[in-house]
Amino acid sequence: MSATLIVGLDGTESGNRALAYAKKLANLIGGCELLVVYVIEWSPYTFQTAEENSQRHKRREEEISMAMERVIDPAVTSLKADGINARGIVRHGDVAELIDAVAVEEKAEQIIVARSSEGGFVKRVFGTATANLVMHASVPVTVVG
Amino acid sequence: MNKIFKILMPVFALMSTTTTAFAQEGGGLDAAINTGFAAATGWFVNFIFAPFPGTSFPWIVMWLVIAASVFSLYFIFVQFRLFGHAISLVKGDYSDPNDAGEVSHFQALATALSGTVGLGNIAGVAVAVGIGGPGATFWMILAGLLGMASKFTECTLGVKYRNEYEDGTVSGGPMYYISKGFTERGLPGGKFLAILFSVFCILGALGGGNMFQANQAHAQIAGIVGDYPGWITGIIFAGVVFAVIVGGIKSIANVTEKVVPFMGVLYVGAALVILIMNADQIGWAFGQIFEGAFTGLGVAGGFVGALIQGFKRAAFSNEAGVGSAAIAHSAVRTKEPVTEGVVSLLEPFIDTVVICTMTALVIIITGQLTVNPETGNYIVEGGKIVTATGVSGVALTSAAFESAFSWFPYVLALAVILFAFSTMLSWSYYGLKAWTYMFGESKGAELTFKVIFCIFIIIGAAASLGPVIDFSDAAIFAMAVVNITGLYFLMPIVKRELNSYMARLKSGEIKKFSDQAGKSAAE
Repeated sequence: MSATLIVGLDGTESGNRALAYAKKLANLIGGCELLVVYVIEWSPYTFQTAEENSQRHKRREEEISMAMERVIDPAVTSLKADGINARGIVRHGDVAELIDAVAVEEKAEQIIVARSSEGGFVKRVFGTATANLVMHASVPVTVVG
Repeated sequence: MNKIFKILMPVFALMSTTTTAFAQEGGGLDAAINTGFAAATGWFVNFIFAPFPGTSFPWIVMWLVIAASVFSLYFIFVQFRLFGHAISLVKGDYSDPNDAGEVSHFQALATALSGTVGLGNIAGVAVAVGIGGPGATFWMILAGLLGMASKFTECTLGVKYRNEYEDGTVSGGPMYYISKGFTERGLPGGKFLAILFSVFCILGALGGGNMFQANQAHAQIAGIVGDYPGWITGIIFAGVVFAVIVGGIKSIANVTEKVVPFMGVLYVGAALVILIMNADQIGWAFGQIFEGAFTGLGVAGGFVGALIQGFKRAAFSNEAGVGSAAIAHSAVRTKEPVTEGVVSLLEPFIDTVVICTMTALVIIITGQLTVNPETGNYIVEGGKIVTATGVSGVALTSAAFESAFSWFPYVLALAVILFAFSTMLSWSYYGLKAWTYMFGESKGAELTFKVIFCIFIIIGAAASLGPVIDFSDAAIFAMAVVNITGLYFLMPIVKRELNSYMARLKSGEIKKFSDQAGKSAAE
């Protein structure tokens, strides 16, 4: 049975470092699958105008295809080019919660994420997505600096 | 986008010149418009607000209350049976995690509420208890509770018969369910009623949903900073609304949509603090409400006077049966139209049963209504209860809150302005949907309506066009005449949907996703 490793990407340079590390790890382990996950931050409890609501489905589709095109597809293509078994998914919701949920769903061995890119007020009040993931994850997490 | 701004700048410049001319002519042109408009539309206003012979009870209010009672009975008091389920749906217990990113039930409810919570909850209630006494509150709560069934009916249909376009956008509302539903049931006249509804909806959007709001917002600002020409407020409001609905500057709408619920919570919170501070009088206040409901406690018209005011306020405030909420709720991407109807029944509850009642209780408990110590009845002059500070309407609510928090009138003024702005944004959408129903979904048609909408903001804030506002209110209630007629014919469809949904809920076919997640984790 092959092991599954989850790589959480956020479309930034630090995310690429996490991907590079995951690639290295996958080569060392051998025969494992990398699942690249991109989470679009979203909450069902925000306030929107009626017009935004009516266009929400269209926007959601656009957000997913943009994330696939800009983040997931390039990552998966580069992994496959290096002979690594890889696939990618995009989800909407809370970053930490969803990466952990995907890891549980896929029975993954490990989650690899980059050090958080958030800062300032939000970081002080709510903590970062990476910190929240590390605190609540159900599987081991590697944070790449 | 720059091109659009270039085209529209001269329109706004022209508008400001015209409104300045209005002001400079000392109301001469205003008066001429008022008289001409009143003559042309007076019959319509008089017809909609006509009282039953020998009473002062407007038939339109009875129309809304009877409809709410019929729907309550027909759906066996769905508003009480499924109240807990409605909260469960809003919490997201039944939301499929794979649909994350779509409009949630909570978001649809919040959007619809921001269109109804507003001046009616603050000023309208003060008018109701100022004329009908505390007893009006009882009838207002009753009408609010019944109205929940009307909302359920119209919002279920709104989702069931909406249009979903290839690009993923949706359009829904009474015009869609009346025309499609009538065709499905083989009934004639659906298209005619749908167009009639759209016409009234556009007029209501430009009037009650726009001019009235702009006018009242200006009155609030002028009350704080001193009197100044209304067109200045109008231009600013129109500019901001234009930036949001035409310019697509979402950040302004986002800020409003976040601040408005905060203001709502602050308002209810302040009312609760006042009630806690006067906890020993809550029992007495409810005593006044119940006693006044059946005796009137000396108010003009006795208990009938209290009943009229209470029913009227609830109907005017929560818009149940008007059809506007069906347009707002139809954006939710649910497989079960009934779920959206169930969620929407919380709307009259929050708007009327909670917020309006809070306002009424604060006015009663802070002793704003003067009582004759000898008879125990209220002192009435000119058909209105004499108030402690001699004021009525929004000023009465303001005085009641001020007696506990001296700074509250400023918060209230800000709340009124923001509520007005958010109501305008909501109604710009309702009007737009009616407009595109008649003229087609094209960028050109949309832009035309949006520009007209912005122009009416300036007119609404600049001039005190009483007859125009009367007409606009009448148009909103005319929407209810058409919408409820449609609902009577289509309610068997809602019943079928509800029965099927309830059967599947009972059999366990429809389950909470949180339970399913728990089970699969255990396995």
